[in-house]
Amino acid sequence: MADSYTPGIAAHRLEAEQIALNFADLHPPLDAHEAAVAADRCYFCYDAPCVTACPTAIDIPLFIRQISTGQSDEAGRTILGQNVLGGMCARVCPTEDLCEGACVREAAEGKPVEIGRLQRHATDTLMARQDHPFGRAPETGHRVAVVGAGPAGLACAHRLAMRGHAVTLYDAKDKPGGLNEFGIAAYKSTDGFAQAEVDWLLQIGGIALEPGRALGRDLTLDGLTAEFDAVFLGVGLAGVNALEAAGTDRDGVQDAVGFIAALRQADDLSALPVGRNVVVIGGGMTAIDAAVQSRLLGAETVTVAYRRGRGRMGASRYEQDLATSSGVRILENAQPRAILGNGAVQQIELEYTADDGTGLKGTGETLRLPADQVFKAIGQTLTLAAGLEADGAKIRVDARGRTSAPRVWAGGDCTPGDDLTVVAVAQGRDAAEDIHAELTGAARAVTGARIGDAART
Amino acid sequence: MADLTTDFVGITSPNPFWLASAPPTDKEYNVRRAFQAGWGGVVWKTLGAEGPPVVNVNGPRYGAIHGADRRLLGLNNIELITDRPLEVNLEEMARVKADWPDRALIASIMVPCEEAAWKAILPRVAETNADGIELNFGCPHGMSERGMGSAVGQVPEYIEMVVRWCKAYYDRPVIVKLTPNIADIRKPAEAARNGGADAVSLINTINSITSVNLDTMSPEPSIDGKGSHGGYCGPAVKPIALSMVSEIARAEATRGMPISGIGGVTTWRDAAEFIALGCGNVQVCTAAMTYGFRIVSEMASGLSAWMDDKGYARVSDVVGRAVPNVTDWQYLNLNYVTKARIDQDACIQCGRCYAACEDTSHQAIAMSPARMFTVKDDECVACNLCVEVCPVEDCITMVELQPGETDPRTGRTVEDASANWTTHPNNPGAVAAE
Repeated sequence: MADSYTPGIAAHRLEAEQIALNFADLHPPLDAHEAAVAADRCYFCYDAPCVTACPTAIDIPLFIRQISTGQSDEAGRTILGQNVLGGMCARVCPTEDLCEGACVREAAEGKPVEIGRLQRHATDTLMARQDHPFGRAPETGHRVAVVGAGPAGLACAHRLAMRGHAVTLYDAKDKPGGLNEFGIAAYKSTDGFAQAEVDWLLQIGGIALEPGRALGRDLTLDGLTAEFDAVFLGVGLAGVNALEAAGTDRDGVQDAVGFIAALRQADDLSALPVGRNVVVIGGGMTAIDAAVQSRLLGAETVTVAYRRGRGRMGASRYEQDLATSSGVRILENAQPRAILGNGAVQQIELEYTADDGTGLKGTGETLRLPADQVFKAIGQTLTLAAGLEADGAKIRVDARGRTSAPRVWAGGDCTPGDDLTVVAVAQGRDAAEDIHAELTGAARAVTGARIGDAART
Repeated sequence: MADLTTDFVGITSPNPFWLASAPPTDKEYNVRRAFQAGWGGVVWKTLGAEGPPVVNVNGPRYGAIHGADRRLLGLNNIELITDRPLEVNLEEMARVKADWPDRALIASIMVPCEEAAWKAILPRVAETNADGIELNFGCPHGMSERGMGSAVGQVPEYIEMVVRWCKAYYDRPVIVKLTPNIADIRKPAEAARNGGADAVSLINTINSITSVNLDTMSPEPSIDGKGSHGGYCGPAVKPIALSMVSEIARAEATRGMPISGIGGVTTWRDAAEFIALGCGNVQVCTAAMTYGFRIVSEMASGLSAWMDDKGYARVSDVVGRAVPNVTDWQYLNLNYVTKARIDQDACIQCGRCYAACEDTSHQAIAMSPARMFTVKDDECVACNLCVEVCPVEDCITMVELQPGETDPRTGRTVEDASANWTTHPNNPGAVAAE
């Protein structure tokens, strides 16, 4: 068996038991009493900042009060009614930047109400039941194509099904879930939760899943608009940005997203090969997820190299701390210059950077790190070329999620906005409501936070 | 160091903290350990008449109200008086008193409302050398169905009659323990004084059903699917007890009568409040039942430290200090005008003051688009609700308007002189100011 000091890229660096411990639930669920105590800390704020901070505007004080009164099922309904992927969001949301960051107790004591874990308690409780909490309106006769079974597409499809529309849900992969299934760190979504959540969501009925059907390969936008009354695109960002450095073709240089996807799909994590010395290029969540998981698989050293300072990293402070406490070194203000080796990567040469206000520049000072494996995590890009107007590198949409093409909506990472699961859910849900209004002439449902609106005017 | 020694109706104890007559004082083992822990006195669990002792239920005797983290806020019990033979209790009391002469040991008694019953038990209690007796006219459950406990405490004439018997057949202090399950607490206290009682102790427990099991539809505690009201005690009842104590302390007929304060005393501060309202000492039960005997250390050190801080040398210096400030509503100064003030630096913007005031009070708090909360002085009636619902202590305070200032709500100038309802023009029965 290999260990952390075995040169090159090797599997079985740690015992299976250690791997299992390393990849256990990052935030174990609260039991009923822990949830009651955590819920008691909520002040039931008026026009609560946590709700405003939540992209899906879950009525957080209400669901927490429902937990505190022993009605976790009802709390789950409150959450999932606003955010049907509330179970996954409870696991992966950067709550420190969203609800918990806005919590008044964070302001008061630096210790927010544990909203994320309470949400997990409530959604776990409700989803453990055999029945699905939402029903469908009578069939409208309208058919809608949803392309991409990631968070945006799933949220859109579920809301459309609720409204009585018949949905065909396409996904390029052979398994639905999108980044929930292929892109999130394993310790955030344990026990096959992503798959279980999709199965649970589809229980509503009215959604025909068509995996293995990719837009641009098996489907065309024209074909879809001809066949369906409306089309929603939640195709995500399938492309990976290229790394501008010499030697990126050496063995051991990989895309971080591919590594994470392979890891998420592995039946036996200890069989997954990882380098002895790993360097991750990038500063976002993907970089952190790849780096932490490399350490958890038994890499001896893992370095995240980011070209700017830590304050500019896309990964939250919490995620950065998670990485450093896992033994990952965060090397800031350093950009790759060359990947060195004979066939396989052996070293990476980095150059320090500085920004004097005229743009980021190399300082000329370099350093070399041993590296058996280099992960590129410098962002993903939209690959879809369907003739839609762009907004930067993404699909342009208006506030209702409408693209430049008639009867085509879009949401999630392929559209502007933060690339977060919870943002994708909000966009998918709201697009569904707009599609519903458009197809049936019904009034548009209000989905946002509105408790304090009257008082503000 | 303040001297915590108390002399209550001639009974001295090293501190004013007595354990109330209840399960903690049911036997020698407990009482010895209580004295070792530092309790100043003990009122032994209520003795019944000679003969076969009462029996208790064999299911749960307690029900409770809990906070979120299982903090016990209120306790309810359906236990009866001691279910051990009289002789055993008397022998144990005598032994304990002999070994702990500096501690107060009081015998609580509950026998039928017949002179012969009292005449029979009192000499035997006297033989134990107990420092005094406490007449249990308070227990609201079980024994009251048999014409004892609160059934006596609810009839002032009976109280007076029994107290007279006790004073006739017993030569040490007689304390009457009162039930709160009555409309006017002053009447039984007055009856006790008329009968010659040396003191009253209050409150005993309050009729209560702590909860209903919504699966079985049984009240809790449930005995084979049925429940009976019990007696409620613990932190939740303290405000009720303080009010009743204050009424006796200031009523003309009972003013100056020694009072042993009971009802939710959990900390030194609770004890100080009872003492300030006229109690010569306090009795504790639920706090000890929740946390054990060791809490008396906190109570004694806390009271002593506070007294040192305030310059009180003896407990008796504190007794009744707050009584002159308890008055009738009609005498409250209507010219005292305050306004709520929100300290914006302390505010955490939870909006609870806004919700409370906007939904349920006087719409006197404004919310800005940025969720800054400010008081509208022209609407604020100074009700204090915002202060009470604010989770941040001292974030919202009531600021007094000074004489000469104008109250924006009424447009009237604040007057220096005190004025109350008795002279108010809106009072049909107002007496013209002279």
